[in-house]
Amino acid sequence: MTSPAKSMAELAREYGLKAEEYAVILQRLNREPNAVELGVFSVMWSEHCSYKSSRKHLAKFPTTGPRVICGPGENAGVVDIGDGQACIFKMESHNHPSYIEPYQGAATGVGGIMRDVFTMGARPIALLNALRFGDPSHPKTRRLVEGVVAGIGGYGNCVGVPTVGGETNFHRGYDGNILVNAMCVGIADADKIFYSAAPAAGLPVVYFGSKTGRDGIHGATMASAEFDEDSDEKRPTVQVGDPFAEKLLIEATLELMKTGAVAAIQDMGAAGLTSSSVEMAGKGSVGIELDLDMVPQREEGMTAYEMMLSESQERMLAILKPGRERDGHAIFEKWGLDAAIIGWTTDTGHIVLKHKGQIVCDIPLSPLSEDAPLYDRPWTEPVKHPRLDPGQIPAPANWEAAVLKILSCPDVASKRWLWEQYDRHVMADTLEDSATGADAGIVRVHGSRKGLAVTSDCTPRYVQNDPYEGGKQAVAEAWRNLTAVGSDPIAITDNLNFGNPERPEIMGQIVRAIDGMALACRELDFPVVSGNVSLYNETNGAAIPPTPTVGAVGLLADYDDHMDFSNLRDGDMLILIGDNHGELGASLYLRELLGREDGAPPPVDLVAERRNGDFVRGLIHGKLITACHDLSDGGLVIAAAEMALASSIGVTLSASSGAHAHPFLFGEDQGRYLVATRDAARVLADAGAAGVHAIVAGEAGGEAFASKELFSIAMPALRAANEHWMPDYMAAKA
Amino acid sequence: MKAAVIVFPGSNCDRDCAVGVERATGAKVEMVWHAEPELPGGLDLIVLPGGFSYGDYLRCGAMAAQSPVMKAVVAAANDGVPTLGICNGFQILCEAHLLPGALLRNEKLKYICKPVDLEIVNGNTRFTAAFGERRTARMTIGNGEGNFFAEAETLDRLEGEGQVVFRYANENPNGSARNIAGIINEAGNVLGMMPHPDRAFEAELGSIDGAVLFRSVLG
Repeated sequence: MTSPAKSMAELAREYGLKAEEYAVILQRLNREPNAVELGVFSVMWSEHCSYKSSRKHLAKFPTTGPRVICGPGENAGVVDIGDGQACIFKMESHNHPSYIEPYQGAATGVGGIMRDVFTMGARPIALLNALRFGDPSHPKTRRLVEGVVAGIGGYGNCVGVPTVGGETNFHRGYDGNILVNAMCVGIADADKIFYSAAPAAGLPVVYFGSKTGRDGIHGATMASAEFDEDSDEKRPTVQVGDPFAEKLLIEATLELMKTGAVAAIQDMGAAGLTSSSVEMAGKGSVGIELDLDMVPQREEGMTAYEMMLSESQERMLAILKPGRERDGHAIFEKWGLDAAIIGWTTDTGHIVLKHKGQIVCDIPLSPLSEDAPLYDRPWTEPVKHPRLDPGQIPAPANWEAAVLKILSCPDVASKRWLWEQYDRHVMADTLEDSATGADAGIVRVHGSRKGLAVTSDCTPRYVQNDPYEGGKQAVAEAWRNLTAVGSDPIAITDNLNFGNPERPEIMGQIVRAIDGMALACRELDFPVVSGNVSLYNETNGAAIPPTPTVGAVGLLADYDDHMDFSNLRDGDMLILIGDNHGELGASLYLRELLGREDGAPPPVDLVAERRNGDFVRGLIHGKLITACHDLSDGGLVIAAAEMALASSIGVTLSASSGAHAHPFLFGEDQGRYLVATRDAARVLADAGAAGVHAIVAGEAGGEAFASKELFSIAMPALRAANEHWMPDYMAAKA
Repeated sequence: MKAAVIVFPGSNCDRDCAVGVERATGAKVEMVWHAEPELPGGLDLIVLPGGFSYGDYLRCGAMAAQSPVMKAVVAAANDGVPTLGICNGFQILCEAHLLPGALLRNEKLKYICKPVDLEIVNGNTRFTAAFGERRTARMTIGNGEGNFFAEAETLDRLEGEGQVVFRYANENPNGSARNIAGIINEAGNVLGMMPHPDRAFEAELGSIDGAVLFRSVLG
């Protein structure tokens, strides 16, 4: 007996559409959709493409400012960096594919985010990545790290864009759902930005790049669902990347843009040809008609559904100006790219697809984008952890062991093993990267005196215990890192990674984290110009720790003014800027030494944040300090140790024994910096005048990392503790 | 002075080479697309840049070595025009048989990007003369296939004839035979090296030793 053909309603459910969403489709079309049309609706209305659960709350972000040229809604955000130049950047997740197939998942994540940036006319100049893996002891973790890192390097190195920064965390909360967030930063002329809205009807639609195959079909839908035991079966929905094709595509796209023939352009990312054609026509309030027989195809016998839903990589869709169809021909030929006119913009307001002489899809565009579902999902206020009284937290029994334990824990240990696999120097403009002691990567704006500082930040354990404060902290830490290298923070891109928004407690994390981030962005004049939301990061009902990653860009008017922490010299005094309350809630001290993950995270005082940061930036530009490092994971001890290691010189901190030594040394209070100076009196006096709390916290010199009567660790032992964990772990020795 | 940088599909250090040579020497640099059958006249230096020509598919440098422009490059090199292959360019020079040996996958099977200390083994080449008495240099590497290999007798000959120009000084990052980082041909006008002088031409990049190299050959 053969099974009966599936009804459209059943197919809709299989494609991830809810019953009520399918009902809306029936109502809007006034008929039953066919399978191709249903496919188009399902991807456009997927969480990934429609932001249906988060849109309401994303509206809280400040998205304008004096430097903002283009905020969220385009392929990437655009900010003015002066001299007629713009910086274009965005961060995006590739979490689900990277868990299923780590090399290709991560590689195509890098490729996709680069396309988002060069599709707007920018040459990509820097890459970052924020990675969260499961517990090191989880049987899958090592293989995932190996594959993700190889994929990021394999793609970015080949294309020839330096990977200059990032962050890597390990926690059992990511055992079933790793996070791979990739960020790309590019540079363009401010008057030559390219957008995606089709400007008129009657214009040719040109496809160029790699051929379309059967890979990645329904990837956007996969990225909008939870995992279960059968997730490995989703491997066919993962795309395969070709960085060589991407390199050719970048050069061809930028050359095509120079001809002046491009009216609108968009890459084919999630939901491929569907989302690019629907969004371009929809944003331009025109219609679009495509002849799918013209689409360059890698495989024989592809159906209209497969072509529309394919997420084959390295493909672009451009709408050309009237009569400019042939302009691209020589360029595509030079770079050896497939290209074809596959359709025209129309005045019908419909997307019409033809295949083998038949119309296989004819639906109005407006319901697809503008009438996409918008949910105000129920949410509950997250349960707050109480503040921990530092006096109630025991001091370490062995100070030396405590320092080494935190310095060598997976979240703090050197990630040399991974970043040495990334080309950090191609383009010959890298001034600071993962290998140099600095709080942000810095690249020169080619051919100018300007520099861009870039960073990626989030402290998921803070967000877990208080989404609101944790959201504030992610933004504040990014601002602080950009400040610590001497740059003026300009704007951020956000990559919100959460669990299933249909659960009120998860939705509560999303809502409150966004509230906190939005407040910090407003208070710090740090608008959100682009972003990405990745929900349903759950396996069998267990959600990831809430992880709203912030990617941020700062500007240096003259890169000679940049600061790092690798230039500590013998006799430099270390001044601690900012207030010290000894906050140990949700700290690494608590987790690594006491096995506790409770407590309220350190609160962020945004007024103090700004005051302290502006003061430190002034010290840097006034050449009053020789090194600067923000305080974050592990507090004063870890910041000082990292400065000592980066500068290859000892440091002696001035804390001595007493009840308050461990909150002082390991507390993770926010808005703080450790700076080195030859003129401590001047820095302290200036701080006093600016209303900034500052104290002498230590001195550089000697061959040990020490704090008066508490501990003294020889530099080689300190370095070994920081460097050995990751290579040992990857060699299965740790 | 006049230099040409050859651009293959997938080259990604072509601009770096051009900018490095220009800023270090003031020479005029022309970019030459791989499909050109001829080189510009009057060249004082040809640079084959780093990158992933043809995506490193088949074998690093193998397809680029068959590019139309390579006939002209080989002819010019045989005519004595100074020719420098950096990273992927070194691989292409080996595949084009302008230099002996081959570059294999790194010993630890991973791409490695890091600054390396180099020993200048032969300071009397036209590429190293400007280092004077100095016998050390610092540049960065960035490669997955930088592990130089040649038969023992070829290595003996290279060493005996002063054709080993650079060696890794402290640590051999990729397993290269006899720590070799760069070699020159018998005639002394074709140099291949894995470290990047095109990333070491200004102090803020961490080293100016690449600029010294460029000035040697174009000085």
